[in-house]
Amino acid sequence: MNDFIYRLQNVAKDYDGRRVLQVDNLKIGRGEIFGLVGPSGAGKSTLLRLFNFLESPTTGRIRFLDAEFGANQPMPLAYRRRVTTVFQRPVLLNRSVRSNVSYGLRLRGQRNADRRVEAALEQVGLQQLMRQRARTLSGGEAQRVALARAIALQPDVLLLDEPTANLDPYNIGLIEEIVQTLNQERGTTVVLVTHNVFQAKRMAHRVAFLLDGQMVEDAGVERFFDAPQDPRTAAFVRGEMVY
Amino acid sequence: MGGLLEAIRLIITLDSALFEIVGLSLRVSGTALLFSILIGIPLGAVLGMSRFLGRKMVVALLYTGMGFPPVVVGLFVYLMLSRSGPLGQLDSPLIPALFTPAAMVAAQTIISFPLVAGFTMAAVMGVDPHLRQQVQALGATKWQTTMAVLSEARVGVIVAIIAGFGAIISEVGAVMMVGGNIEHSTRVLTTAIVLETRKGNFDLAVAIGVVLLGLAFITNAAVLGLQGRTFDE
Repeated sequence: MNDFIYRLQNVAKDYDGRRVLQVDNLKIGRGEIFGLVGPSGAGKSTLLRLFNFLESPTTGRIRFLDAEFGANQPMPLAYRRRVTTVFQRPVLLNRSVRSNVSYGLRLRGQRNADRRVEAALEQVGLQQLMRQRARTLSGGEAQRVALARAIALQPDVLLLDEPTANLDPYNIGLIEEIVQTLNQERGTTVVLVTHNVFQAKRMAHRVAFLLDGQMVEDAGVERFFDAPQDPRTAAFVRGEMVY
Repeated sequence: MGGLLEAIRLIITLDSALFEIVGLSLRVSGTALLFSILIGIPLGAVLGMSRFLGRKMVVALLYTGMGFPPVVVGLFVYLMLSRSGPLGQLDSPLIPALFTPAAMVAAQTIISFPLVAGFTMAAVMGVDPHLRQQVQALGATKWQTTMAVLSEARVGVIVAIIAGFGAIISEVGAVMMVGGNIEHSTRVLTTAIVLETRKGNFDLAVAIGVVLLGLAFITNAAVLGLQGRTFDE
């Protein structure tokens, strides 16, 4: 049994000849919540796009389940569809809430998925808004709909890119709880990108610190926060600037 | 006033000459619009969504096409299709002959597709650029991504189609040039207005004008109806 869902080897990503990410070795365990912290511009979102196969690495290979993803090696659609991302800003389609949540399923040719759509909306506590236009939602509601849209797909991996950065404490609490429940009950692997170390501490099993595109440290949550090995991690965890 | 009454009389009595002309107008412009949609929407989507070498050049040509005087297009198609023209010479069954509805469709397609493509491009470029990344992250293929973007841009795409239709149902230069305003064959509403005015039948000319306006209104209202709730937001 393979315990790792992702395995990265010598993965690098360049934009216009500038290296923004260099990860020599990284494994993401099946069923874990992996927190990725670091200042903005550290390459966190880039890494997440690689995890979702939206962009290919400039060099190196990403192994996902039993498939490989590289510069000239696109990820087959069936594998790509086992992963999805909730971004910082929820981009909803200009349709009803229900239609937004069923969108991913319709992409997969599943037209009679009302049950799954309703269950997903129930999970985020918005079943009463099913018929409402997505445009009329508040920021927190919209992000929860985006989360429901991802949950409805029952993905193997859920990628979260600063999912609560613009939200109020109530919605932050709700979303964290939903994601943790999903992880515990369905065993969904979660990669959480955040610049908020407290959120990483609350949610993650394992945390990595990314700085200037480099992986500084990667450890279990207790060790990461209580006994960081690298002085830069220690400073970041204390809330100091690291540049 | 006389024109309006005449228009009402012609419509109520189901005047056969009028209905023949209306039928041909709709057939010619409708077919041309269909071709324009088939060319213009994919072209507009590609120009709006991708970046490639020469894109600016294509857009500049398209913008020029959006302002083409119909009579110049008519002249161009006339020269191409005439017996001694480069296409007319081929004598191929695929090339329409001059003074036929098919030639009018060809000319009107050239007038209308740049409008459809240009407005579609603008609408597509107005869609949140993050949408594409989001729908891809939800598992969309390239084709599904394009359809999602077009669907988000639907108000603009429908405006593009309306603009394309408006330009050709109302133009007279090109259909006159390549159609020739032949009775029972290539006479459409606009060329009929020109003819009746020249003959001094102002009431009839106004009547046909009223019918043309009414037709444009009904078509556009119907399309707006299709747009549904989206438009009210």
